[in-house]
Amino acid sequence: MCTYETATLPVQGAGKGAQGWFPLSQASVYFDHPARVPAEHALNIDLLNVERGAAARVAVELDADSARRLAEAIMAILGSAPASLVALGTGRD
Amino acid sequence: MGDAMRAETVRMTGHGGDEIEAYLAQPLDGGPYGGVVVIHHMPGYDEATKEITRRFADHRYLAICPNLYSREAPGASPDDAAAAARARGGVPDERLVGDAEGARRYLTSMASSNSKVGIIGYCSGGRQAFLAACRLDLEAAVDCYGAFVVGSPPAGRSLKVSPLVHLAKDLSCPLLGLFGAEDQFPSPEQTSELEKVLSEEGKAHEFHTYQGAGHAFFATDRPSYRPEAANDGWGRIWDFFGRYLATH
Repeated sequence: MCTYETATLPVQGAGKGAQGWFPLSQASVYFDHPARVPAEHALNIDLLNVERGAAARVAVELDADSARRLAEAIMAILGSAPASLVALGTGRD
Repeated sequence: MGDAMRAETVRMTGHGGDEIEAYLAQPLDGGPYGGVVVIHHMPGYDEATKEITRRFADHRYLAICPNLYSREAPGASPDDAAAAARARGGVPDERLVGDAEGARRYLTSMASSNSKVGIIGYCSGGRQAFLAACRLDLEAAVDCYGAFVVGSPPAGRSLKVSPLVHLAKDLSCPLLGLFGAEDQFPSPEQTSELEKVLSEEGKAHEFHTYQGAGHAFFATDRPSYRPEAANDGWGRIWDFFGRYLATH
């Protein structure tokens, strides 16, 4: 099936793609047909800079269990970091 | 009859007069040939879809596959282009119709065309093939497991896709539907509903639903591939297009 289910959200940060590092502006998250992983469906994440063109993309395709564990790890790490640091948003300071 | 063919990237005029990329495959033993517009699946204008396009030329059809993501990502790799198109909300239905019409015109303008053109689409392209067949003057259409011809996606999805069954009264040509019994989008209940509507509208159609197959059973590069269903399906396609696109 094509789920068509896609969440898009603005993000700030940097990603490393085929052409090196670039600033990120948007993320897409979807559970749909992957391009590479040998499964009919995968949890796909695209980190993009839409202004720089389609190749400005960092892509991952994960099985659902891996994606859940990754999401939990992200939330756990953010939750355990000092609130004063996380509150700074970009973490540049 | 020879078996020579030529396949290459071309430029064609799509919706709104936009010049877009397309993959053209054509037999070279004279013709005239029927034409097939190939609508790629959501993962894009990829190697597997180009292989399908060449397969039609091998069976003595002119075949063209427009890159529906040309505008979002000119020259990009298929996976990057698909991601870019998805990030922008997918392919608008009106644009799809315009691109399919441009592809139809491209084929009928070829010296080796017999002026008959059909359309086939896979996955999201199955829905789009049905849409094009309701909006354009075509000779035959094949919907391979297109979701949301009947039924709506759950609310809140960011890709703009809406049901098309209300257009069935405008279907311009016979429709062949090839589906997997284990697919949920479209489900067997949804394809049965479409079949019922087409019957009520007096539209010629034939549907085949394969046991043991789910979505994307034609996709040889994916674990969803089901050789028995795919082989029978290809046979149905050759028979169907042979009836409606052949040169008489």
